[in-house]
Amino acid sequence: MNIHIKNGRLIDPKNGTDAMQDLFIAAGKVAAIGNAPAGFVADKIIDAAGLVVAPGLIDLAARLREPGYEYRATLESEMNAAVAGGVTSLACPPDTDPVLDEPGLVEMLKHRAKSLNQARVYPVGALTQGLKGAELTEMAELTDAGCVAFSQADVALTDTRVLLRAMQYAATFGFSVWLRPQDGFLARDGVAHDGEVATRLGLPAIPSHAETIALSTMILLAQETGVRLHVCRISTESGVALMRVAKQKGLPLTCDVSANHVHLSERDIGFFDSNCHLTPPLRSLRDRDALHAGLLDGTIDAICSDHTPVDEDAKQLPFAEAEAGATGLELLLPLALKWAGAGALSAALAKVTQHPARVLRLDAGHLSVGAVADVCVFDPEAYWKIEAAALKSQGKNTPFLGLELQGKVRYTLVDGQVVYQG
Amino acid sequence: MNNPQLNKNGELQHLLTTEGLPARIVRDILDRAATFVNMAEGGEIKKVPLMQGKSVFNIFFENSTRTRTTFEIAAKRLSADVVNLNIGSSSTSKGETLLDTVDNLCAMHADMFVVRHAQSGAAHLIANHVAPHVHVVNAGDGRHAHPTQALLDMYTVRHYKKEFHNLRVAIVGDVLHSRVARSQIHAMTTLGVPEVRVIAPKTLLPADVGKLGVQVYHDMAQGLRDVDVVMMLRLQNERMTGALLPSAQEYFKYYGLTQEKLALAKSDAIVMHPGPMNRGVEIDSSVADGSHSVILPQVTFGIAVRMAVMSMLAGAK
Repeated sequence: MNIHIKNGRLIDPKNGTDAMQDLFIAAGKVAAIGNAPAGFVADKIIDAAGLVVAPGLIDLAARLREPGYEYRATLESEMNAAVAGGVTSLACPPDTDPVLDEPGLVEMLKHRAKSLNQARVYPVGALTQGLKGAELTEMAELTDAGCVAFSQADVALTDTRVLLRAMQYAATFGFSVWLRPQDGFLARDGVAHDGEVATRLGLPAIPSHAETIALSTMILLAQETGVRLHVCRISTESGVALMRVAKQKGLPLTCDVSANHVHLSERDIGFFDSNCHLTPPLRSLRDRDALHAGLLDGTIDAICSDHTPVDEDAKQLPFAEAEAGATGLELLLPLALKWAGAGALSAALAKVTQHPARVLRLDAGHLSVGAVADVCVFDPEAYWKIEAAALKSQGKNTPFLGLELQGKVRYTLVDGQVVYQG
Repeated sequence: MNNPQLNKNGELQHLLTTEGLPARIVRDILDRAATFVNMAEGGEIKKVPLMQGKSVFNIFFENSTRTRTTFEIAAKRLSADVVNLNIGSSSTSKGETLLDTVDNLCAMHADMFVVRHAQSGAAHLIANHVAPHVHVVNAGDGRHAHPTQALLDMYTVRHYKKEFHNLRVAIVGDVLHSRVARSQIHAMTTLGVPEVRVIAPKTLLPADVGKLGVQVYHDMAQGLRDVDVVMMLRLQNERMTGALLPSAQEYFKYYGLTQEKLALAKSDAIVMHPGPMNRGVEIDSSVADGSHSVILPQVTFGIAVRMAVMSMLAGAK
């Protein structure tokens, strides 16, 4: 099918494009930009007047809850949420039930996702069997089955020797290791940042050095082993500082932050709002400012949704007992835009297209001629209210509930097909 | 989530924490409690019909004989019908959620819940969930708050010291895990106590505790110097595990209240303790039973303060 997206403002951060240009799609690929290729006859014309035409978003962390947690969300509901949020590629962490530590499970997930014909799903395999931190998974087999990286999800790897060996083994094959830095002992039982708010509310706390101590270990071992390390969900000022120094040394490191942490702090917990129970915990305003600075100077490569649908019952509990996490696929775009501000659309989009593609080592997240036509067309001006009925995800849990955010997806295309229209 | 303690008329709707509680309400509670104390001391009328026909449910997810009993006595003296539930041993162990339990009790026409729970924020969760005519009293939630204890402590301080604005108060012990300490600190800063000190080893103090408006001391001798009031905290036995403290003996040597240490405080200093006490761990028997101790009057005042709180809530429109 040939599609002509006309009158739109084409923003493609990777190619440095930000101009009023038409986009022509044929055979699932970008056929031309600006003027129609010879003999092009559009089967469908999308009028993008007043809209931005951008590469489809790439989300580095979205839990689809399959297999194992279908009562919280299903692949169908979350894939609908993805395209409604303009997300055309997503990486899903291995903390499913069973854990993504066997090739068969990964193949099944890939197959199920593919059959839905929506966003592309890139499973992140478990680094250790059952995420237990003791034995390595069959990383090469898992890669053949479709895994793009290996991670411990939110489970801390406390045995440093296992971590070293996992990195050595992954480095042998050139695989990427994705880790969230959190010392398992220092974070034990904690549910909130070790600061003013946790002290006031009497919540068991997680200190900042739970992140920096784990991060220091990871960086040193990455340097030692030469593994490609991606640091997930950085949350502290001191963590950003460590990453900055490591990158200046030229280590092959990348790093992401959750969209929630870009905007929120411990203060948003208010009187025990369990929607603000997140991992890592929401930290201080100072930390949040440091995350902004890290995004600006490139220390932090990407913003991800850290999409974690949680059912209402699991949130209607005292703060510490409530399950951590927030739904986020549909909020990624507006939250990225809110970070950069109206004057810097391209900078915002780079953090959710070009740079996450680089982390994933995918030829995606751009709209060069010949590239796969994964496209997000959105209205950068439109406000919409975040409420349960407005969300396609089965998870309605987000700290932004009740707020109005700017930036609404109008069309999402995957492989040159319109998979969402809103 | 807004502070759900006050209704739209500015009256007390729930008592969840002393944080953010207006000073006028605190003073009202203390004044009202004084009338109940006088009434009980008069000996003739112990019982008043302020809550006749109202049902008070004591729901305790954590065991506490003492606090539950004082709430029960307070409610009965207000002529309320009282139902005691020790949930620790019933529904939740069968998988029922906290709010399911509350819904079921609401269906039995509860007018007031007195709640104790091991998790910080449990009372807030219930208060946000119940119908507008139902009131919630927090009888202790995790490490967060124990407002009636703090209010009875304020009553006790006012009874012996008359004023708050000229006092130096020391809170000694496990502030990190203490809901009592947090509620005391907020109540005292609200009432204008100019100097509140906390005295503890670093392992028993939460991060940024100074931001609550207190001065931090690690040396008990320095911290007790010239104070008017000493508020001791209970030290749970389980604190001897998890590398918080090496032993009860060493704790007593450095942070236990003895006659010698108390001598550093003002000569008319009073000693308080929320109970139950660990004699020989945080407090020496000679101090607990000595002339400075007001620990038993605290218990007596506790009933009057709880009567004041419950009758005030029941009267909110």
